Amino acid sequence: GGMAAALLLLLLLVAAGPGRGRAGAGRERRDTLREELLLSPLPTGDVAATFQFRTRWDADLQRGAVSHYRLFPKALGRLVAALGVRELHLALTQGFWRTRYWGQPPLQAPAGAELWVWFQPTVTDVDKAWKELSNILSGIFCASLNFIDSTNTVIPTASFKPLGLANGTDHHLLRYAVLPREVVCTENLTPWKKLLPCGSKAGLAVLLKAERLFHSSYHSQAVHIRPICRDASCLALSWELRQTLTVVFDFFSSGQGKKDWSLFKMFSRTLTDTCPLASQSKVYVDISPKNKEKELLEVSPPPTSVHEAVVQGDKKTYAVYDLLSPSLFNTSRSLNVQLKWKRPQDSSEMPIPTLHAQRYVGGYGLQTGEICTLIYNTHPYRAFPVILLETVPWYLRLYVHTLTIITKGKENKPSYIHYQPAQDRRRPHLLEMLIQLPANSVTKITIQFERALLKWTEYPPDPNHGFYVGSSVLSALVPSVTAMKDVDVEQSPLFTSLFPSSDGSSYFVRLYTEPLLVNLPTPDFSMPYNVICLTCTVVAVCYGSFYNLLTRTFHVEEPSRGGLAKRLANVIRKFRGVPPL
Amino acid sequence: QVQLVVPMAVVFSPGSVPGDLPRPLPFRDVQEMEISVNLRTSVTSRYEMRYRSTTGQEEAALAAATAQEADAALHPLQDTTLGSLTMYVVPETSSLLPQGINVYVGKYRSALVRAVGSLAALQARLREVTQVMSFTASSIAAALSDRVPDGQLSPDARRYLKSSLGYEITFSLLNPDPKSHTVDWDIEGAVNSYVKPVLDKLSMVANFSVDSQILYYAVLGVTPRYDKESSSFLLSAHSLPHVINPVEARLGSSAASLYPVLNFLLYVPERSHSPLYIQDKDGAPVSTNAFHSPRWGGIMVYNVEAPASPQASLPLHVDVDMARVMEVFLAQLRLLFGLSREEVPPEFLLESPGNEGLADWELDHLLWAHTVENIATVSTTLTSLAQLLDKIGNIVIKDDVASEVYRAVASVQSAVTKLSLGHLHAAFQASKEAVTSSERAFFDPSLLHLLYFPDDQKFAIYIPLFLPMAVPILLSLVKIVRETRLHKKEPTKMD
Repeated sequence: GGMAAALLLLLLLVAAGPGRGRAGAGRERRDTLREELLLSPLPTGDVAATFQFRTRWDADLQRGAVSHYRLFPKALGRLVAALGVRELHLALTQGFWRTRYWGQPPLQAPAGAELWVWFQPTVTDVDKAWKELSNILSGIFCASLNFIDSTNTVIPTASFKPLGLANGTDHHLLRYAVLPREVVCTENLTPWKKLLPCGSKAGLAVLLKAERLFHSSYHSQAVHIRPICRDASCLALSWELRQTLTVVFDFFSSGQGKKDWSLFKMFSRTLTDTCPLASQSKVYVDISPKNKEKELLEVSPPPTSVHEAVVQGDKKTYAVYDLLSPSLFNTSRSLNVQLKWKRPQDSSEMPIPTLHAQRYVGGYGLQTGEICTLIYNTHPYRAFPVILLETVPWYLRLYVHTLTIITKGKENKPSYIHYQPAQDRRRPHLLEMLIQLPANSVTKITIQFERALLKWTEYPPDPNHGFYVGSSVLSALVPSVTAMKDVDVEQSPLFTSLFPSSDGSSYFVRLYTEPLLVNLPTPDFSMPYNVICLTCTVVAVCYGSFYNLLTRTFHVEEPSRGGLAKRLANVIRKFRGVPPL
Repeated sequence: QVQLVVPMAVVFSPGSVPGDLPRPLPFRDVQEMEISVNLRTSVTSRYEMRYRSTTGQEEAALAAATAQEADAALHPLQDTTLGSLTMYVVPETSSLLPQGINVYVGKYRSALVRAVGSLAALQARLREVTQVMSFTASSIAAALSDRVPDGQLSPDARRYLKSSLGYEITFSLLNPDPKSHTVDWDIEGAVNSYVKPVLDKLSMVANFSVDSQILYYAVLGVTPRYDKESSSFLLSAHSLPHVINPVEARLGSSAASLYPVLNFLLYVPERSHSPLYIQDKDGAPVSTNAFHSPRWGGIMVYNVEAPASPQASLPLHVDVDMARVMEVFLAQLRLLFGLSREEVPPEFLLESPGNEGLADWELDHLLWAHTVENIATVSTTLTSLAQLLDKIGNIVIKDDVASEVYRAVASVQSAVTKLSLGHLHAAFQASKEAVTSSERAFFDPSLLHLLYFPDDQKFAIYIPLFLPMAVPILLSLVKIVRETRLHKKEPTKMD
């Protein structure tokens, strides 16, 4: 009710406003850019770097025929305006984030391509808009998003809530699709970089060098567009575009055995100047002390400030380098953040994240199988619910009656189940469940399936590689050990502010499990040709003999008087002087 | 066979009637002209002239002091349907037309023509005027440029945009050096006051959408040459073709629509490369500091004045003078639509279109050309579709594709009929529908020829059957040949 009233008021304001608004439009900056890099050493010794570029535009994209873009990229703005997009989240990922060993990621994405979009209530044909949108995005990002169709699109009912401003969450306006087979490479990075106002010419984006970014164990780039409140009173809309890129470098395992790193070692570049369009440009380095031992890490050069915050239930300390502060580039022309460990760290005590999951295919043979998902809650005393979303292609026929959920040896009944069976060649299986995870427990979810036989034209190239089943999605409000404070989104670092935090005692986590690779019974594709060859040969041989039989003329021939025996006999007779036979 | 009929009224004011009229006024006359494009295509133009003398109201209007006033006063008295023309013949001594000017073309669909002695001479002059105001042989040839043999097309004709149902106009401000310049442009205001009136007028021709963007760190593809004498940087004419490519990668595709894009770029050179001037082929600086690329758009270089003191704090704030920029861009826009006013004889005076940016007859000029072009496009599309069907025998034409083809044929026939009746507007609408239908039929996904298995490959699959079967047949053929040869020889042996 309050939101509707606010929107109505907004409508009135817009209707009354244009005359006054236009006069000052040339002067005041209605769009801002903030950029941020978060460097966090992972428990295994790898380093995760998370870039975030946030463009905020204080204008309503979906009103007015003429649009004038400054920092916001025109290609995406046109898309949002033309197709009635309310919220758009696209992630392209290579590799798999190992939550168990790397901890909770700031932003996780499933392997391959993931796209989920909320449309405006004014969109009448959502499926058509969705199809058009995925085709256009596929053109913009050079990805095979055009393969998104009804066979891999689902409408989740509970898992994906709008992250931005929304009035009403009618899930028929939502579409979700994952392409687990998609390979992400430089051709996807280049258009992504082109959307940045400074390109890759200045600011933090200088570090985005493709040959280093793809020489890593995890690479994920994403685009998030959503409407947000313009100010605290929330009477007007602003649009926010977040471009994020997460990459994990494995220094520890790939060579020197040392955990020391620097910007130059990771990206083979250093930061030299700032993007003049950015209103904020910061580098955060996670230097949180582990296991109460202080001062284990040493960063150089000395940071401009230190930021303390509670992120995902943990108290964290960050060294902050503000690239816009004049003192930073005074001493040296470039910034090369370095981190050294004072003592070799014993890796035995790796902190285990509160929520993590694992998934695999069980069973044997080519007829049936079983999908097993293990969900771990390692919280010592708190139970919490988790929403599991499972999307399975139609050619794996799920048997819902075989669904079992077992926790601590007992059956665990989900409090909410939404199941939409697949239709052959039309839509996939969708299974959504709300499961309560008791404290310190492992929950095992199994469901059996039968493998379908495809038509021979339906197999993709290289069918013996197997068929991918997209990651399942876990969404949960995880209880926090440390109390969190409510923070202002505009002031806090970007990596904490994508997901809305509900209250101080818990934080939102979305996890993706491993994608599965399932073998389907695959025919021998050369068989038809072999059969044709074989039958043709048989037919041809038969034909040949018949033809011969029918066309040959047969003569009765005198038995010839030749013969080897006779000739030999004649030779002997010649020697003997007897007349030949 | 396409016939373009222009309904035209020739109105004689008192004292301007030539002496050798064949009949007393009013009477009708027809003049035909043949425009041949290639051996098979030709277009006939037919001017249906109605000669009459002025009415009292017209006489009063023609008594105005200046040609502009007369034009404005005559406008409500005319036939205002698209494509029709009205010529007012004024006496040889009339003071309405300035000295040395024989023809004045107004803002609407009329012209004032100074009388000459004989009817034949007057008709020659009228023919010139009508060609300027409706179509010339070269504008029709440009519209049919696909069919004109290669060498014969003038370079101008290649410049014009192809007829389309819509166009997207994108204004881009390129700021390659945001560290030194913060550039602001009031594009919103400029579009509203300069571009919008023109596009409103053109909205009958096609749909237009306008947007703008600012691109930072977008550089030109060539490094300009430093000229010591003028202490400025120069871009020579021959390097201009290389300028666009690297910029175009940044412009962004028009992913959301299928219409052609017109790009207008305003380039503010880097501090280290300014001032930057464009040189023409002879080495002289171009006064507008702008150039255009055929069927693509235009680029203008906007130099920032150097600050008085070199220590002035960076970045320098620049406010773009939009009137100067838009003047250039609008001229380029007219050029791209083939509405250049440069090819007019010197004795002609063209009234400036004023705030609307486009005179009524210029709109007609565009409509004539686009209608002819649309008809040609439809016939080409349908011909290639027919060729495709001939090539693949077992292709399936669905009912909806078939109905689109029928609709396209019907619309194009109606367009041709309307043209021969002189109904330009109806003809243009019909030709637009024909283009839409024919394109929809041609690009229907079911007609992808890769979907059909080529016949030659079917033979390849059955080679294992045909080859062994052919062997005994060939062998027996050889045997027959050998035996007939033996038979021929044997009788001679017997003898």
